[in-house]
Amino acid sequence: MTIPDQVTDLALFGFSDQAVRRALGKVKVGEVDYADLYFESRQSESVSMEEGIVKRAVKNLSQGVGVRATAGEKTGFAYSDELTPRDLEIAADAARYIASSPHSGAPVPATHRERPVRDLYPIEPSVADIATSERVDLLNLIDAEARRYDPRIKNVMASFNHEYKRIVVATTEGLVVGDVQPLSRLQVTCIAEENGNRQIGTFGGGGRVGFAFYREEDRYRHYTREAARQAILNLSAVEAPAGVMPVVLAGGWPGILLHEAIGHGLEADFNRRKTSAFTNLIGKRVASEVCTIVDDGTLALRRGSLNMDDEGTPTSRTVLIERGMLKGYITDRLNARLMGIPLTGNGRREDFQSIPLPRMTNTFMLAGESDPQDIIRSVKRGLYAVSFGGGQVDITNGKFVFSASEAYLIEDGVVTRPVKGATLIGSGPEILTKVSMVGHDLKLDEGIGTCGKDGQSVPVGVGLPTIRIDEITVGGTQG
Amino acid sequence: MTDSDYKQLAVDMLAQAKKKGATEADVVIADGENFSVQVRLSTVDRLTKAREKRLGLRVFFGKRSASAATSDFSSDSLERVVADTCSLASAVAEDEVSGLPAENLLARDQPDLDLYDQATLSTEQQIDLARRAEAAALAEDSRITNSEGADFNSSAGRVVLGNSHGFLGEYRSSNFSVSVSPVASEPGGGMQRDSWYAVQRKFARLASPESVGREAAKRTVRRLGARKITTRKAPVVFDQEMAASLLGNLCSAASGYSLYKGTSFLIGQLGKKLAPDFVTVYDDGRMAGGLGSRPFDGEGLATRKTMVVERGVLTSFLLDSYSGRKLGLASTGNASRGIGENPSVGPTNFYLVPGTVSPTEIIRSVREGLYVTELIGFGVNMVTGDYSRGAAGFWIENGELAYPVEEITIAGNLTTMFADIESVGNDLEFRGRIASPTLKIREMTIAGN
Repeated sequence: MTIPDQVTDLALFGFSDQAVRRALGKVKVGEVDYADLYFESRQSESVSMEEGIVKRAVKNLSQGVGVRATAGEKTGFAYSDELTPRDLEIAADAARYIASSPHSGAPVPATHRERPVRDLYPIEPSVADIATSERVDLLNLIDAEARRYDPRIKNVMASFNHEYKRIVVATTEGLVVGDVQPLSRLQVTCIAEENGNRQIGTFGGGGRVGFAFYREEDRYRHYTREAARQAILNLSAVEAPAGVMPVVLAGGWPGILLHEAIGHGLEADFNRRKTSAFTNLIGKRVASEVCTIVDDGTLALRRGSLNMDDEGTPTSRTVLIERGMLKGYITDRLNARLMGIPLTGNGRREDFQSIPLPRMTNTFMLAGESDPQDIIRSVKRGLYAVSFGGGQVDITNGKFVFSASEAYLIEDGVVTRPVKGATLIGSGPEILTKVSMVGHDLKLDEGIGTCGKDGQSVPVGVGLPTIRIDEITVGGTQG
Repeated sequence: MTDSDYKQLAVDMLAQAKKKGATEADVVIADGENFSVQVRLSTVDRLTKAREKRLGLRVFFGKRSASAATSDFSSDSLERVVADTCSLASAVAEDEVSGLPAENLLARDQPDLDLYDQATLSTEQQIDLARRAEAAALAEDSRITNSEGADFNSSAGRVVLGNSHGFLGEYRSSNFSVSVSPVASEPGGGMQRDSWYAVQRKFARLASPESVGREAAKRTVRRLGARKITTRKAPVVFDQEMAASLLGNLCSAASGYSLYKGTSFLIGQLGKKLAPDFVTVYDDGRMAGGLGSRPFDGEGLATRKTMVVERGVLTSFLLDSYSGRKLGLASTGNASRGIGENPSVGPTNFYLVPGTVSPTEIIRSVREGLYVTELIGFGVNMVTGDYSRGAAGFWIENGELAYPVEEITIAGNLTTMFADIESVGNDLEFRGRIASPTLKIREMTIAGN
C-alpha cells in the first residue's frame, strides 16, 4: 500500500490552500525567516482490565493547529483547537513580538504537495479501528494466562492503547506535506504475593502496528508470561549491592542507557546553546572503539519510527558515535539552520500544542563481536541487568541514571541470585569509554518507550547488544 | 461561549446521554488561555499564546461505564461523542461498585477559594518579568556564564462539572509562574545547572523576578566543584523540594487505587504507626489561594481537609467514590478528573506540618551526612517501598555544608525512611500541590566510589 493522496488534504481540517497561504502570510512579518502551520487530528482509545474484568474504556478525539514563526533564534508560537480569524490574530501577534517589525515579509510562494518518501507503517484505518469487543477478549485471555502461570499471581492489570494521528504541515517555503501515524501498545502488570511479600512485574510491547500484531507469534502471551515471571522472580530477590562494580547489560530495553547517557546530550538545541556536557566534543573520543551508536527513524513498524518528522523532513539514520568518536547531532529545522549542520529529520512535537524540538527516534548500538556468554564469564563480581524502568539525565553536567527492575549478581563468571531493583548512575561523556565488550546479539526493545523533554512526551525506541561496562555506580543498599 | 453557555452545554450533554439510554452520566468542560515566554541571554527565545477547550463525558449503563472526550464542540462532534461513549460502555464488563456518588454526598456549598486573579498582564510586561529574572541570575555571580533561559507563564481557565443527579458546579482559576535556569562553568571545563521558581494563583503574591533569579544563581554556583564520595551509610537531610518529592511518594501510596489494586506499600497500614509522633500530614482542598485547592472534586463532592497522618499514625487514605467503595470507605473528596482519562485520585494541597527547628539547626545536628538538593530517576518501587535514586547535594561535616557532591545514589525503603524521620524543619512553603519542610532521615545507604 502506498500513502494516499489525501494525507495532504487540508480540507479534512476545513482549510483551503488559499486560506493556508493567507494565514502564513499573516505571521510572516518583519524578520520572520520561516513559519509553518501544523494541523493535527488524533483519535485514541484505551481499554483496561483489572481484578479479572475489563472495567474501563476511554476514547479521546482532538484536533487543532499550531502556528509557528521563527526569526533567528527566536520562536513565536500559537495554538488553538480552531483556526478562526481571532486565533489567527493571536498567532500573528505572537509572531510580531519576535519579528521586531509588524511589516509584511516576502510573499509566501504557491503551495506544492509532497508525500513522505517512505511508508513504514502501512496500516489501513479499518484495521486500526478494531472492535472494542476484540480488545476486551484479548485482555481477558491475558488475565487467564497470568493466573495459569503461577498461583502466587494475585492481581493482573493490562491495558491496550491505540491511536491514529493525521498531520499536515504547511510551510512558508510553499511545502504541504502530511502523514498518517498509527501507534499502539499492550502493557501487562502482575502482582505476586507469598507470605506477605508482594512484588510487581511489568512487560509490554507495541509499535506503529495494528491489533493483529499482538496475536501474531503469541506476543500477548509472551508479554504476560514475562510480567508474571518477573513478579515471581522478585519474590526471591535479595538486597542489591552498593558501590562501583562491573555491570553486564542484556540486549534490548537496557539500551535506555544510550538514550539517557548519550542521546539527549546530542540533541542540537542544547549544543547550540552550549549547555550540553557534549558541547564541542564532535570528532573527539567519547566511547571505546567497540561502540557505534545510531539514531534511526526509518525502521519499519517501530514505535520510534516516522515517515517524516513533525516539520515535514524525512527521517533518517544518523550516526551519533562511530567506533568511539562523536560524529554528529540530531536536529530540527531551527537548530540545523542556526548551527549550519544537516537536517536529520528529528524535529518532533507531542501535539499541536507544543513546539518542535530535536528528539530521538530509535537509538541503538550496533552489534559487536563478543559472545554474550563470554561477556558474563568475564566478570568476577558484578551485576547482570536484564530489564529497566525509567531513566533521567542532567544534560549540563552529563550525570544520568536508569533503574534496573530485573537484575542478578554475577559471581565468578556465573549469574546467581536475583537482586532487588537499583538505580545505576554515571556520567554521559565517560560511561561509554568503559564499555570493553559488545555482544553480537543486537536486540531492539519491544516498543514501550516514551521520552519526556520540556514537558513533551513522544514515543521512542532503543536497542542494545549485550555489553560489559567495566565500572559504574550501583545504588543498592548493601555497602 | 459564556459561563452559562457551558453550563447549558453540560445539561444538554447529560440529556443526550439519557436519551441514548444511559442510567447515569457526568460531564466536565474546561477551557483556558495560556501565555508563556522564555527569555534566553536577554532575548525573547520563545513566545507562546494559546486558547484551548475540552469536554469529557462519562456514561453508565447500569454497572457498565465508559468515557470519551473531544475538543470539537460542534453539534455533530458532540453527538458523536455521546454515541461513541454509549457504544464503548456496552463493550465493557459490569463492575459491581461502579456509579456516580450518592446524591446526598454532592457539594452543597461552592465557596470562593481565592483561586482566580482578574489581573491581565500585557505581553511586554510578561517579557520584562522573564528578562528581569534572568538578568538578576546573570548579574549575581561572575561564574554564571550561560543560561537555559528564564520563563514567565500565565494562564487562566474555568471548569464546569455536571452530573445526572442534578449537580452543576463551576469555578475559575489562574496561575502565574516565573522560573530561571542559569548555567555556571567549572574553572577546568564542565558545567553545572540548577534552577529556581515561584508560582502563585494571584500575580500580586508572586515573588519578585529578581529574588527568583538570585536564588537560581546561588543554587547553581554552589554546585561547582562537586565530587563523588565513597559508599557508606549516613544520615540524609532532604531540602524542602526533595522532602516534597518524598512526601509525594507517600501521597501516591495513599491513593485508594494503589491500595485496592495491591500496588502500595501502605496496604494493611491504616491505623498503624508509620512515623514518629512529630509527623502529621494533611490534605487540604480548601486552603485559600492554594495551588491544589478547588471547591469540589472531579465527581462534584465537596473538597475538605483530611488528616492523612496524625502524630505518626496513618489515619486516612485519599479516596474517590469508586476506590472508597472498593475499600469499604467513604470518599475523601479527592476524585481527580483529567478530561479524557479514567477518573482517579489526586492530592489537593498535601503537606507535612512544620516542626520547630530551622534547616540550619537540622544540618548542625549532623556530624557526617548528606544534604540532598536534587534527586533524579524513577527508582521507587511503590509496591515494596524499595527506594534507590540518583542524588546530588552537599556533604555535611561537623554540622556544616563542606562541599558539593554528585553522581551518587541514596537507597533505602520508604517504610523504614518514614519511621526513621528524626527531625522536621520549620520551613514549610507551598510551591506546588505537595509541600514539606526540610526533613532529616536517620540513615540511608549512599553509593558512590
